[in-house]
Amino acid sequence: MLVIENLNKTFNPGTPIENHVLHGVGLTLAKGDYVTLIGGNGAGKSTLLSSVAGTFLPDTGKISIDGVDVTHLSEHKRAVYLGRVFQDPMMGSAANMSIEENLALAYRRGQKRGLRWFITEKERILYREKLSILELGLENRLADKVGLLSGGQRQALTLIMATLKEPKVLLLDEHTAALDPKTAPKVLEIGSRIIDKYGLTTMMVTHNMKDAIRQGNRLIMMSSGRIVLDISGAEKSALTVKDLIAKFSLVSGEEFSGDQALLG
Amino acid sequence: MLILQGALSLGLLWSLMTIGVFLTYRILEMPDLSVEGTIILGASMAASMIAADGDPMIATLAAAGVGCLGGLVTGILHTKFKIPPILAGILTMIGSYSVVIRILGTSNVSLLRIRTIFSPLVDIGLTNRNAVIAFGGAVVLGIGILLFWFFSTELGSAIRATGNNRQMVKAQGVNTDGMIILCLMISNGLVGLSGALIAQDQGFASVDMGAGTIVIGLASVIIAEVLFRVRSFWGRLISLVAGAIIYRLIIALVLEMGMAPTDLRLFQAITVAVALTLPIIRERLGKLTKRIGKGA
Ligand SMILES: Nc1ncnc2c1ncn2[C@@H]1O[C@H](COP(=O)(O)OP(=O)(O)OP(=O)(O)O)[C@@H](O)[C@H]1O
Ligand SMILES: [Mg+2]
Repeated sequence: MLVIENLNKTFNPGTPIENHVLHGVGLTLAKGDYVTLIGGNGAGKSTLLSSVAGTFLPDTGKISIDGVDVTHLSEHKRAVYLGRVFQDPMMGSAANMSIEENLALAYRRGQKRGLRWFITEKERILYREKLSILELGLENRLADKVGLLSGGQRQALTLIMATLKEPKVLLLDEHTAALDPKTAPKVLEIGSRIIDKYGLTTMMVTHNMKDAIRQGNRLIMMSSGRIVLDISGAEKSALTVKDLIAKFSLVSGEEFSGDQALLG
Repeated sequence: MLILQGALSLGLLWSLMTIGVFLTYRILEMPDLSVEGTIILGASMAASMIAADGDPMIATLAAAGVGCLGGLVTGILHTKFKIPPILAGILTMIGSYSVVIRILGTSNVSLLRIRTIFSPLVDIGLTNRNAVIAFGGAVVLGIGILLFWFFSTELGSAIRATGNNRQMVKAQGVNTDGMIILCLMISNGLVGLSGALIAQDQGFASVDMGAGTIVIGLASVIIAEVLFRVRSFWGRLISLVAGAIIYRLIIALVLEMGMAPTDLRLFQAITVAVALTLPIIRERLGKLTKRIGKGA
């Protein structure tokens, strides 16, 4: 479904702050793969996701989604294939617009936007149905401005928006990291429920080792711009946080310095 | 009565410019200074065509067209060449001055005793003032309906969302650069149209009639927001027209009270500066009264 070949990315090349962030990353995701992606700060996780999303062009390498070479496709064009949820809950929706307007915007991902009326009554029924999955009561607040919602509610809405038009690949970059400890697991659980329901091919970045082990069918660890660990299936299910920390120290050559909170 | 009528007719014509400023400043959240240039582009285009015996209707439409072109230039400078919006607007504005002199042939063109777009209404017995009010009112109403419809469509909504959260809109597959360019074109098209009607009302077009346009536009937008505080798009459009008229009324009144016309620009600048600080003043006052309330 997603094939990444020999991806290299250097930020600010030829300057004193030159930073070679991705070192020949190669990765293939099968349809329905749900990958959790972990690694230290600055390992290149977000950069990998952004290059799939097309925020910038890689220096070398090729990215294809479902057989289509998207390497040189602009960000908004390849958005057709992608659903994205960002770390910042403010990033994923338009605060000044209503819940239904945000959904209608997402519902037309990959379609030409013309002079048709923006929201039809039939769509509203669909939106209510989708929102009711969240069990947050948002289905009764279609006309409310998104700016009125809490961070958790907004992130849940963004998840619905990202999956309203079934994406070929879903990219989640620490989408629960900015939420309070009570809300974060709820949003994580909502996400997993949607991913399971539609069998979405997913890459999820997290700093929470427990989540990384428990969620998905495959776990990838990055360090200094390289994939250093890639396990799936039974081997992954058998993992413990302790194993993971040991592996982390081994590959990065440093002690795991995350605080207990990261271990969940 | 005379002052009121004058403010109404001027306000209606200027309200098209106000709506244009609103579209960039509030919908796109991107203050656009090209309006200073596109208003005289529109005025000079219409005036020179009419002075050369052109049809006033076609001349006015052409004025809206050059306004759109001005917006297109600013849009391309900003989105394709990554020039910051304010600077992109300034470049269009500066360039416009030369273009306007090319269009006019001199630094101003008179339309005295030449038939304008308002003349047919005068023919059927309206006074000059009333003809402008009737025609201006009809145009504003028509444009208002068009804009309301447009910003309720998929395309218009994508523009609104682009102003609100560019990153997210891109992630939803919208070509945000295209949306920005389109909105700048609509905005400056309205400003060009406004300039064309103003020129025909005042009977001339000149290079310097555009100076301060952005301040007038912002002042009207802010008056509309402070006085009416409506949320719906319809309500906002109507409040913008009211804002433009009230602004004209204020100017007419201070002139009546004896302010020197040359001091007007300073007065305008101060008014807008004060209006822009209002939210902060209000917040401070709120805190102050709370503190006093607690102390008591
Ligand atoms: N747009 C950019 N311009 C310059 N440098 C960048 C840019 N984006 C990322 N970097 C740098 O690339 C490196 C990798 O960043 P990245 O955000 O991919 O890390 P990460 O693995 O997501 O880390 P974290 O866990 O902290 O989110 C960092 O050193 C960062 O400073
Ligand atoms: Mg990151």
